Amino acid sequence: MALPSYATPVQRTYYYFYLFFCTVVFFFLIAPLFAIIPISFSVSPFMVFTEGMLAWPPDPEAWSIRWYKNMIGDCSADVVSSTVPCSKKWMVGTVNSFYIGIIATVIATALGTLAALGLSRPHMPYKGLIMAILISPMIVPLIITAAGMFFFYARINLVYTFTGVILAHVALATPFVVITVTATLVGFDMNMVKAAQSLGAKPMRTFFKVIMPLILPGIISGALFAFITSFDEVVIVMFMASIDQLTIPKQMWAGIRQEISPVILCMATCLVLLSIFLLTTVELLRRRSEKLRGIKAR
Amino acid sequence: MEVTISTAELLTTDGIPLKQSLRKAERRNKLRAFLLVFPLLLFIVVTFVMPIGDMLLRSVDDSQINSVFPNTFDEYKNWDKGADELPPEEVYKSLFFELANGDKRQIGKALTRMNYAKSGWKSLIKKTTREIKKIIKKGEEPISYKETFIKINKLWGDPTYWYSFNQMVNDRSSIYYWNALDRTFDEDGEVVLQDEKRRMYVKTWLRTFKVSIYVTIFCLILGFPVAHLLANLPLRYSNLLMIFVLLPFWTSLLVRTTAWIVMLQQNGVINGILVWLGVITDDGRIQMVYNEAGTLIAMTQILLPFMILPLYSVMRVIPKSHMRAAQNLGAKPAMAFWRVYLPQTIPGISAGGLLVFVLAIGYFITPELVGGKDGKLIGSWIAYHLKTTLNWGLCAALGGILLGIMLIFYWLYNKIVGIDNIKLG
Repeated sequence: MALPSYATPVQRTYYYFYLFFCTVVFFFLIAPLFAIIPISFSVSPFMVFTEGMLAWPPDPEAWSIRWYKNMIGDCSADVVSSTVPCSKKWMVGTVNSFYIGIIATVIATALGTLAALGLSRPHMPYKGLIMAILISPMIVPLIITAAGMFFFYARINLVYTFTGVILAHVALATPFVVITVTATLVGFDMNMVKAAQSLGAKPMRTFFKVIMPLILPGIISGALFAFITSFDEVVIVMFMASIDQLTIPKQMWAGIRQEISPVILCMATCLVLLSIFLLTTVELLRRRSEKLRGIKAR
Repeated sequence: MEVTISTAELLTTDGIPLKQSLRKAERRNKLRAFLLVFPLLLFIVVTFVMPIGDMLLRSVDDSQINSVFPNTFDEYKNWDKGADELPPEEVYKSLFFELANGDKRQIGKALTRMNYAKSGWKSLIKKTTREIKKIIKKGEEPISYKETFIKINKLWGDPTYWYSFNQMVNDRSSIYYWNALDRTFDEDGEVVLQDEKRRMYVKTWLRTFKVSIYVTIFCLILGFPVAHLLANLPLRYSNLLMIFVLLPFWTSLLVRTTAWIVMLQQNGVINGILVWLGVITDDGRIQMVYNEAGTLIAMTQILLPFMILPLYSVMRVIPKSHMRAAQNLGAKPAMAFWRVYLPQTIPGISAGGLLVFVLAIGYFITPELVGGKDGKLIGSWIAYHLKTTLNWGLCAALGGILLGIMLIFYWLYNKIVGIDNIKLG
């Protein structure tokens, strides 16, 4: 990648411009995410860098964790501000988000893994058509899905219930599980299943003792994708959940629309940390899976 | 090599022909594979495919109003518009009784529908119903229903109101689709443009396409060099830099949207830096959010990973020797890039471009939050009719058109890339 020693000055200029351009794009991708972290520790109720925060030497008066206290529902005197309301809403939302996310993930992972096992079999009939149907929830824009589900679930009294939201989230999350687990199964040696069966293992035992340990990294990655899909989802929740069935994204949406406050940035900071954690986990799992399947790291 | 083919049928130990036995095993295997997929397939069909189908049916459904005014509509169909200026007496009579005896809630719903056809229906019928109820209370039977109606309100003698029934008398109607394209039916059932002040959808459709195309182009311009860099760096560095691409991918959409509001608002980070640098004055802060520019910037950043990842996976397998060979044969670097490298990245460009474009036209959250008034896309109208106006027919029609466009592009994507080649992370 480095420039050869015989490069002309023009090539040199191009090369440095290219590197500079890439740096700017990387900055463009990542800077907004990290810009919000310092602002969430501001004293000010506005979402800006205050002069005190930029002063050198740093002014401790300009920094505080009051909005974090506000977020966890601690409404003591130093936390309350006339422009920023304080309530337990964020915590209620967090509990609901995890509740919906975890149930949806468990169901989606179970259904998705089973389906991926079936789809990876050589005898699967109508594979293309079935795959297209199974992946469609990922492809159709969320707003269309939300509209369709709202009309349909209204007929069977599932709107404004957690059940409706969870069913919708499972549908949205399964494509991710199917894709990830199918990808893991591509390198799977089916002879191992035959070996297990010829040694007398029943199908269930074969699955849990032979297949599952080998594709586990794929299943966990799929589950994490499923979880983050449900955890971040706001459009379905907005239409299908009742007003007091809050989740984190719904509360953030309301926050951006009405009461723009630094508390949103505190939650956003927490979510950035969560995404760093999930990304690291998935990356480690992917490497482990490649090692397990004997694929050489690129 | 000599091959002898035995014509005698092969039998298994049970005496069943081998062919048959194999076919049986094959069938059992197929069934087993299918049974594994079946639970999810059933689940997706019930929770996802059926709702979408239901929505599409709703977009052409006009049966509610027909169940409210069945007799009136039947009589209406007998009206010979060439011969008489106003509908015959029977139409007025049926309407009289259907308004008097109908279920109030159902009539209310039907009135909303009638107002889509011609504004003014709602108040006219409400006033008339009140008068009709009075007449019935008095116990009088009108001699001429037509006269009675016109006496209640002279608009009943205005044939344009009656003409608007034309578009409601069938159980199925394409009116919502025409509405979604700023068209409506006139008196003769011909498709015409809406009134000027009711035309907003074509404008939004065009803006949706414009924004999507711009976002796709920006993503390509920004994503191409980055994908190239990632594909050509040693693995140690590229894996590290990949985090910059994947982290936004994993971060909540709302977090990224919030971050852009913080960056772009009038006293936000970017304006602050520009003022500090002296590029703009403190009063001259640029409005970058709550307009189309905000939508473009935020959507480009949010969709950029979807461009970089397919490009990267294509570029990684292009042998580096190709460029060197081209230059060896005398091509200038620019020529070598244009004639040798670029053509090999076309699959990546089309995959990334289609993916970004398709995701962009269906976008809702980001344009709604940072788009302000003139940056909203078609998704916002769908949400608005779903939640605020409750004009579900129009909402479903807008969704139906959007879905149709998506399917065309995915069909293309499938032709070029293959749906089952989608990879994550």
